[in-house]
Amino acid sequence: MKSKFEEVGLTFPSALWLLVFFLIPTSVIIFYAFKPGDLYGGIQEGWTLDNIKNLFTPHHLVILWRTIWFSLITTAVCLLLALPTGFFLAQTSLKNRRILLLLIVVPFWTSFLIRVFAWKSLLHPEGFLKKTLVFLHFVNDDTLLLYNAGAVLLVMIYTYLPFAILPLFTAAEKFNFNLFEAAMDLGASRSQAFYKVFIPSIKPGILTAFLMVFIPAMGAYVIPDIVGGINNEVLGNKIAQRTFVDRDLPEASSLSLALAMAVLLPMMVIFWLQADSDKKIKKKGF
Amino acid sequence: MSDSLEFDKVIKGFGAVKALDEISFSIKKGEFFSLLGPSGCGKTTLLRLVAGFEKPDSGRILLNGQDITNLPANQRPINTVFQSYALFPHLTLWDNIAFGLRIAKHSKEYIKKEVESMLALIQMEEHAYKKPDYISGGQKQRVAIARALVNRPRVLLLDEPLAALDLKLRQRMLLELDLIHDEVGITFLYVTHDQNEAMAVSDRIAILNRGKLEQIGRPIELYEAPQSSFVAAFIGDTNFLDGWVAEQQIKEYSLLSIEDFPQVICFNDKKLSVGDPVHMSIRPEKIHISREKPAEKPLINSMQGIVEDIIYQGDHTKFGVRVGGHRMTVFQQHSRFLLDESPITWNDKVWLWWHADDGFILERYQVIKENEMGRSFENTLQEQN
Repeated sequence: MKSKFEEVGLTFPSALWLLVFFLIPTSVIIFYAFKPGDLYGGIQEGWTLDNIKNLFTPHHLVILWRTIWFSLITTAVCLLLALPTGFFLAQTSLKNRRILLLLIVVPFWTSFLIRVFAWKSLLHPEGFLKKTLVFLHFVNDDTLLLYNAGAVLLVMIYTYLPFAILPLFTAAEKFNFNLFEAAMDLGASRSQAFYKVFIPSIKPGILTAFLMVFIPAMGAYVIPDIVGGINNEVLGNKIAQRTFVDRDLPEASSLSLALAMAVLLPMMVIFWLQADSDKKIKKKGF
Repeated sequence: MSDSLEFDKVIKGFGAVKALDEISFSIKKGEFFSLLGPSGCGKTTLLRLVAGFEKPDSGRILLNGQDITNLPANQRPINTVFQSYALFPHLTLWDNIAFGLRIAKHSKEYIKKEVESMLALIQMEEHAYKKPDYISGGQKQRVAIARALVNRPRVLLLDEPLAALDLKLRQRMLLELDLIHDEVGITFLYVTHDQNEAMAVSDRIAILNRGKLEQIGRPIELYEAPQSSFVAAFIGDTNFLDGWVAEQQIKEYSLLSIEDFPQVICFNDKKLSVGDPVHMSIRPEKIHISREKPAEKPLINSMQGIVEDIIYQGDHTKFGVRVGGHRMTVFQQHSRFLLDESPITWNDKVWLWWHADDGFILERYQVIKENEMGRSFENTLQEQN
C-alpha cells in the first residue's frame, strides 16, 4: 500500500508545475480581461466589462468566425487524409511501416518557422511551385498563390497532418483486423466494413486526432501571419498584435479568453454527449 | 445426401511452404465435418479458402456444384465463427447479430424477428443490449455462432471456436454446438487441433498433416482403423513396434518378428508377405495387465514385463512396462476399488496380453515418410504427452 507521504510526494511536482505554469497565468489572463487598460500598456484600478463587450464588435466576430472556420476545415481535411493513412500503416509490413512513419516524422527535424518560410518561397509569385504550375498551364501568370485563405489552409493542413496521422495510426494499430474480416464474412463490402466497423472502433483515436489538430489550429498565428497576408487575420494574430504592438493587455486577455472558450465549449459538448450515450447504453443493458 | 462443399486439387503455398498440397475431398450436405491436425497442418488455411479470405494457387472449391473459388468473401453464402469471436465491440449483442441482415438490407420486421429467434436459440435474450465487453467468453462464443447462423449460410465455418474456453465450459459448449447443428441442419465445417472435440461431435473427420490429407473417416474408423502411423499416433495413444513379417499363419494372421521383443501375432489385412517390413500399432487400453499368467489361447499375445512407471489418473491408471528393449504403455480401467487387493506397483513383474485382432499393421514405408515429415509429427507427440 502506498503511504500518504508517497502519494503527496509523487503528485507534488506535477501539481506545482500546473500551478505555476498553467493555473496562475490563466488566472492572470482572466483577471486582466476585466481590468481597464491605460495608454502606456499598463493596468488601471477598478473593474470593467468593456473588454468583454468589445469582443462582440463586428470586427472581432469576423476574426473569431474565420479562426473557427479555418480550424474546422484544417481538422476535417487532416482527418480525411489521416484515416486511410492510419488504416494503411497499421496493415503494412513492419519494415514498410517503420520507413513510412519515419517519413511522416521527418519534417519535424526542420524548424517549424523555416518550413513555413519555405512554403512562402514555394508559393511566391516568382517561386518554384508557382512557376511550375504556370508552365503546366494549371494557373495563369497573374494568379496569386500566396496571401489568401487557400495558402493559410494549405500550410496549416501540411503542418498539422502528422498530429492527426499519429494518433489514428496508434488507434488503427490496436484495431483487431479480424473484425474487418468478420464484417466481410457477414456480407459487407470493403468500404462498408471500413465505415461500419473500422471507423466506430477507432473512435477514441479520431477524437484524439481531432483535438490534436483543432486546438493548435485555433491558436495558430505564425502561419496566417507569414502566408496569409493582411486579409486573413485570425484570433492568434489579433492577440499578438494587441500584446506586442498595441500594448493593450486587457484586450489581449479578453481575446485569449474568447479563444479558450471557443476551444473548450465544443470539447465539453463532445464529452457531455459521450457520457450521456454511455449512460443510455448502461440503462438499456441492465 | 448430395455434396455441399467440394475441394478439387486445391493447392496453396506461402512462399516456399506448401500449406495445402493438392487437397481433394467433399463434404456432404448437413454434415458436421471436422478438419483435424497439429498446428501448421494447413487446416486454418483451408478454412480461410472456403471463407474467401485467401485464394488457392490452383484448384477449385465448389459449393453445391457451383464454382466459388474466385467469389469474394462478402458474396459467399458462408459464414464464419472466428477463434477470437471477432464480435464488434462498439455494437450491442443485438446489433452484432443483426449486422449481416442489415448489410443484406432485409426489412426491419424480418431483422427483429430473426435476431430475436437467434437470441432465444442461444438463450441470451436478457443480455441483448449489452456490449461484448460485458459478457463472458462462453456467452461471446454463443453470440458469435448466432451472428453467423442468422444469415442462414449454406455452410458454417468454425475456426477453433472453443480454444479460448476452459475445459468444463468447452465440454458444455460442444454439446450445445451439437444441439444447434441438429436444430439448424446446415453443414458445419469445424477446425480444431483437439481430437477429443472432433471425435465427440463430428460425423466425419479429415486429418491433415503438413498440407496433405492423411485420412478421412468417421471417428470410429480413424481410431480403430488408422491408415497411417500419423493418424494412429494423432488420434489417441498407441504403442508402435517396428518389425517384419516372419511367418504367415492361419488365414489373415501373421507372425511378426520385432527386435528385442517376443514374436507377436497380428491381423494382417494389408496382404504383406514374409520378410516385408512392418510397423505395428497397439492401443494402450487394448492391452491387459495382471500379475497372473493368462491362460494359453490361440491368437493371444502374452508376454512378461517390468513395471517402470505408474500414473494414476482417476478413472484409469497408465502403466509404463518394459518388455525386452521396448517400453509399452498400458491403460487399466478402474471398474471397482478394493482396498485389500494389493495393486500393481513399481518393479513388479507383470503379464501383458492382447488379442491379435486388436493390433494393426501399418506399412513400414509410412514410417520413412513420417521421418521425412519429421517435425510436425514430433510436435504432435509432444503435444500429447
